[in-house]
Amino acid sequence: MSAKAEALGGAGESKLSPQFHVAHHFDKADTQFDAGRMGVWLFLVTEILLFGGLFCAFAIFRSKYFPSFVEAHHHLDRVMGGINTIVLITSSFTMALAVRSAQKNETKKTTLLLAITLACAAMFLVVKYFEYSHKIHDGLLPGGNFTAADFASGHPGIFFAIYFMMTGIHGVHVVIGMGLILWILLRNQKSEFSSRYYAPVENVGLYWHLVDLVWIFLFPLLYLVG
Amino acid sequence: MANTATVDELGHSPEVQGKNYLNQTAGVWSWLTTVDHKRIGIMYLVTVLVGFGLGGIFALLVRLELLTAKKTIMDATQYNQAFTLHGAAMVFLFIIPSIPASLGNFFLPLMIGAKDVAFPKLNLLSLYLFWIGAVFMLAAIVTGGVDTGWTFYVPYASGVSTTSVISATFGVFVMGFSSILTGLNFIVTLHKLRAPGMSWYRMPLFLWSLYATSIIQVLATPVLGITLLLLIFERAFHIGIFDPTLGGDPVLFQHFFWFYSHPAVYIMILPGMGVATEILTTHSKRRVFGYKAIAFSSVAIALVSFLVWGHHMFVSGQSELSSAIFSFLTFFVAIPSGVKMFNWLGTLWGGSIKFTVPMLYGIAFLFLFGIGGLTGLFLGTLSVDLHLHDTYFVVAHFHYVMMGSTAIAFFGGLHHWWPKMTGKMYDEKLARVGFALTFIGFNWTFFTQFILGTRGMPRRYYNYLDQFQPLHAFSTYGSWVLGTGFLITFICLARSLKSGAPAPANPWDSTTLEWQTQSPPITENFEKAPIVTLDAYERPAEETA
Repeated sequence: MSAKAEALGGAGESKLSPQFHVAHHFDKADTQFDAGRMGVWLFLVTEILLFGGLFCAFAIFRSKYFPSFVEAHHHLDRVMGGINTIVLITSSFTMALAVRSAQKNETKKTTLLLAITLACAAMFLVVKYFEYSHKIHDGLLPGGNFTAADFASGHPGIFFAIYFMMTGIHGVHVVIGMGLILWILLRNQKSEFSSRYYAPVENVGLYWHLVDLVWIFLFPLLYLVG
Repeated sequence: MANTATVDELGHSPEVQGKNYLNQTAGVWSWLTTVDHKRIGIMYLVTVLVGFGLGGIFALLVRLELLTAKKTIMDATQYNQAFTLHGAAMVFLFIIPSIPASLGNFFLPLMIGAKDVAFPKLNLLSLYLFWIGAVFMLAAIVTGGVDTGWTFYVPYASGVSTTSVISATFGVFVMGFSSILTGLNFIVTLHKLRAPGMSWYRMPLFLWSLYATSIIQVLATPVLGITLLLLIFERAFHIGIFDPTLGGDPVLFQHFFWFYSHPAVYIMILPGMGVATEILTTHSKRRVFGYKAIAFSSVAIALVSFLVWGHHMFVSGQSELSSAIFSFLTFFVAIPSGVKMFNWLGTLWGGSIKFTVPMLYGIAFLFLFGIGGLTGLFLGTLSVDLHLHDTYFVVAHFHYVMMGSTAIAFFGGLHHWWPKMTGKMYDEKLARVGFALTFIGFNWTFFTQFILGTRGMPRRYYNYLDQFQPLHAFSTYGSWVLGTGFLITFICLARSLKSGAPAPANPWDSTTLEWQTQSPPITENFEKAPIVTLDAYERPAEETA
């Protein structure tokens, strides 16, 4: 009996959608789900290390140029940053609910929740766009591009180098996340997910929570404590 | 028994006889779209061998230039590019992917009795990312070269150099993703796809070493990614993080770089250690002595590897306390390495040693890794390192580890598994000649450099004092012998492909699973999913009785 026939014939596995089949090298569907989830968790570890380098640079330069960091962080817009924090946390919440509704076979509700998540992500980027244009207009730019006048402390360009690198790479992750959410949204509309097969929804959810989590660290470090 | 084993003796049904992963489907497109780990492994193998050839040509050019104390064949700028491209090609195109991505990809699923790696499509994506990265690196060579050294140190790489640094570093950045995804794939495969009965302690030790390697690939490579990204932005947009004139810190680059690149040294050597273990046990017909000790020493090396990066920076101006701590931690690496060394010797003790071609490489590995490892302790010692830092002693040390150990293990593994991969045997006599010239040429070239280094010859110099000329010339002559050795090895393997005798399923009478299927294996690896009842190196009772 092939792995596919075994998986489909087993008790309790009848809800698998016709599009889903167990890859030939897995013995059963559960192993495949577990493998996928483990792969995503490992990938998230690499993401943390990628951002880790930047957090490390932040810590080093903050201790080196403390007055400059304090002065520079007053130029960030706390209100906009705060709104974005709320927007992202909301999107993480709707993402988690989407995973749950996928598990409960509530296809329409899943679509709605994913759409809200997507809208929040888009809103985050819109707010970020206004923040960036403001910084660029004021010449609050990284390193050699820094042109803003009236700075009392030395090397304010370093703060903005770290600000733009961290929020920029985070922004790229948001864009990638939007693509992934759109992908599972479309698949969900084709009724591919069910209580037996929801791995892509859960895995994209895990990624999205990480994107949210990184921002939850970025916001206080950059906007609040300076 | 095994020497005469045929496909039939393994109990294959007639419909799979004569079929294998090579002839299942034909055409370039079937290779480019394959998700079969064996074909992906073969494509990696070809790619890394091309990388090795490229790096090797640059190496020979560098040695030729150093034949005389002044200009020999190229000017100083070209020389800087030649040694940079030698290093970058060897590290990123050859050594890092060499054993894990080629032999590992091919044999990891076979050795645990699986049909494939956990994520076959991701595996193919890794290969494509590797190719894309390699294209960027080759583009750097034709669009102005790179002259920063393979370490891309700032501020030279971020501002001063006028060569194609961005293209080369972006290539390495992309190849990093390939490395991460391969590591991730291997970890999940080992956790989820072991055959029934294949417990962790029944896995061949090559897989323990690949597991440890994968941990490093997953945990260290992202830091290289962000470092290179910052370097690219620094060079393209002057963001200032590494630029001292803008308040940045060039030493921070060194910390970031070595936080990856020291563990990366173990990405390079650990798989070599694993291959050596397989070779030594198989060709001495002896169960591995101290299985768990070897297994855990791999993991221990992986963990300690993250704590020693500062020993590359003893003279960078870091605090004496940091240097002392890093020096102390560096000596820790010697403990698991020593554990391995003595267990390998214990494995050989009383074994029925056959000096087959793979075994010659295996024993050469022991000898060369012994020298390479011990000279590492000289460099880990603070007071000695101040004198030896950036001399040819360092060059000789890491060539003994990287080339004398990893590359030798890679070629040993290639000869060991060649019959399985290709279904062909090779000309043992010619392979021996290739090995002998490689071994002699290697020691000739690089032992000389230990002496050069202790006498004070700095690395990377284009012109040097006349007093070093005889030793430099001697080392260059050795490089020609070494190059000839590799050339003969390649000719031998190419001839085997063309007209080698058909390989039996298990030519070395090995006990591990990959030999329990036909040579070359069928696409699904095993006709019936294997059920494991014995340890990796345990022989069935009727054989040992």
